[in-house]
Amino acid sequence: MPVEILKDKWPGSVRQVTFGATAAEGGTRAKSITVGGQTSLPFMHFEAPIPHRPVIGLEIRDRRPDDWSPLLLQEWAEVIDDPGKWAKAGQDAGADLIQMTLNLTDKDGKPNTPEAAVAAVKSVLGACSLPLIVFGPGQAEMDNALLVPVAEATKGERLVLGICEDKNYRTIVATAMANGHLAKQLNILISDMGLPADRILMDPTTGALGYGIEYGYSVMERLRLAALQGDAMMQQPMLVTPGFEAWKTKESKVGEGVPEAWGDWLKRAINWETLTAVALLESGADIVVLRHPESIQRVRAAIEELMTPVAEL
Amino acid sequence: MALTGIQIYKLLPQTNCKECGFPTCLAFAMKLAAKQVELSACPYVTEESKAQLAESSAPPIRLVALKADGNEVKAGNEVVLFRHEKTFYNRPGLFVKYNDDLAPEALKAAVALANAYAVNYVGIALTLDGFAVEAVSGEPGKFAAAIKAVREATKRPLILIGKDPAVLEAGLKALPGESPMLYAANADNWEAMAALAKGSGASLAVVAPTLEDLADLTEKIKAKGLEDLALGLGDQNLSADLSASTQVRRLALKKNFRALGFPMVTFPNRPEAAVQAIAKYAGFIVLDSFAPETVYPLLVLRQNIYTDPQKPIQVQPGVYEINGPKPESPVLVTTNFSITYFSVANEVEGSGLPAWLVVCDAEGMSVLTAWAAGKFDAERIAKAIKGFNVADKISRKRVVLPGHVAVLSGELEEELPGWEIRVGPREAVDIPKFMKEAL
Repeated sequence: MPVEILKDKWPGSVRQVTFGATAAEGGTRAKSITVGGQTSLPFMHFEAPIPHRPVIGLEIRDRRPDDWSPLLLQEWAEVIDDPGKWAKAGQDAGADLIQMTLNLTDKDGKPNTPEAAVAAVKSVLGACSLPLIVFGPGQAEMDNALLVPVAEATKGERLVLGICEDKNYRTIVATAMANGHLAKQLNILISDMGLPADRILMDPTTGALGYGIEYGYSVMERLRLAALQGDAMMQQPMLVTPGFEAWKTKESKVGEGVPEAWGDWLKRAINWETLTAVALLESGADIVVLRHPESIQRVRAAIEELMTPVAEL
Repeated sequence: MALTGIQIYKLLPQTNCKECGFPTCLAFAMKLAAKQVELSACPYVTEESKAQLAESSAPPIRLVALKADGNEVKAGNEVVLFRHEKTFYNRPGLFVKYNDDLAPEALKAAVALANAYAVNYVGIALTLDGFAVEAVSGEPGKFAAAIKAVREATKRPLILIGKDPAVLEAGLKALPGESPMLYAANADNWEAMAALAKGSGASLAVVAPTLEDLADLTEKIKAKGLEDLALGLGDQNLSADLSASTQVRRLALKKNFRALGFPMVTFPNRPEAAVQAIAKYAGFIVLDSFAPETVYPLLVLRQNIYTDPQKPIQVQPGVYEINGPKPESPVLVTTNFSITYFSVANEVEGSGLPAWLVVCDAEGMSVLTAWAAGKFDAERIAKAIKGFNVADKISRKRVVLPGHVAVLSGELEEELPGWEIRVGPREAVDIPKFMKEAL
């Protein structure tokens, strides 16, 4: 019986965004990364070629994190006090890029300084050859105080800077424009300031498995549908942080005094991160930022499989 | 797909006899299209028209149920491709597969363990839905013995897997009065499989290498009078599976393509593939092993994806007493989104320390979402504390806000004069430490 294969044709597409710069492009990275460019829903190979695969970032900090799961502190024990070594270990573990979040304070509780932030970023750039995403501590004033000197000190590297929210976007966008970097998180206002759209990523913020992932999942599906329908403000590639989301849950953080039905702690925690990431890939993620090396391997294998072309059904 | 009034009119006698209570056949047809009357109101409609009308009103994806001893797992009846368009209705059944080459006692023990599994998620006990047994032995006697052993360990519905109808028949005989699923009919065995399923009330999974072959096969089987079918799409890799399951769902919903209007059954080879199956349209999911640390996240994901997006699961706003609070115990505040409530309540309970937990009506949103939407502000929190007469229960006027809404503390001080406002941790997991050290 003939089966009419239904293929969606969309007027719009996801914007293509490139970050990280090689020596030829004015930076020092071994290669740059391009994401986006899709003209179909996630992994619908039978409708249109998918120009770029989703990529995996490893999240690191500029110093030993205060509140991470002991499982992660143990996993990265040998490198966790040195962001450069940590980034290199991430590269060896199969990450496509490094995402470093700057802390609000140093290990003694004193405010982080521009000098320290620049030093941490430079040590990462020196130790590994992957493109780099740098987030501020998430407090508008400190974001501006730290990210501006970081951007200036790494001119030409085409970093991704973040996260722009309504309080700090002017400074971050201005410095991203002046120094050839990218801003994260879509905002009409950012475009209004003149940063080209092909230099913006968006983070829909998702929640982990069991902690509201259904909202993030559906928001992402709707964003991607809007992008394909031609809504220019929704066409940025999506960056999501399942590592951050999954590792703050009790399931990942706590090993004792939890129900037996939760099973083995380490396996559960890695499942939590990996499966959150896979669900978000299904709903349109272009960049997934993870924390555990085993999750990186599993998500990479899933992405490779999802990128297998499908000729016939 | 539902017929229009005009299409229905063409199937009616067109005599305008008025016996249905409507002035014309066309008026009656319009009411039928709007599902406001029953076709039985027309005494003269032909059997042929009845059949056509029944067919057109059938759901695009047939509801298929496996039954055993009062337990039921059903899949199908879905109406959308994306959950935000309405909702996904029937959660896919999660099964674990065992082979009949395991000794009956070992099989029984393994199934009993998985069968007893239950995990509490936001107050709901999540469990597996059933078990599958594969006839790897190829021997009817061995398969029947395995089915009996499994049936002694669980009352949940079963899926019987094998290619040889004679072997499956032996297993089926061990399940009198049940409606299991037979997996699977293929191009070679379909006639015998269809006869077996039809004679027993089992549903039948159908497998074929391409969608065209699959559609051919389901049509042939339907012609034998069997309607309760499921589709096996082959389980090649994540990409091929996703394309195929998406295409089947689209054909059913957008084209009302009856030959593929059935739930899909899949065999994910690892948890990542099970995630895709849950998100992307599987009706029955058969795992090849049981481990709590894998089944737990999958059950939770399934619960999440099949939550109605229009109706977030909520708990009743009010004052919840945890660990027998006394007048001097602390007052904590949160929202009535059930995931938020249970995360907080479980942590407070786990701390062993008594507390009053004030659950505000934030329209079922989490703390940050509700705050951003203006549903969880100082005014609402103060209203809850006053409305639930919290002050009458306590001796120390001190209230702890979630860390994510620390910004509200100033306003709340104005709203609640005489109260001490404290800021707690952002994440529920840090509550016990906070209660022990800071309160």
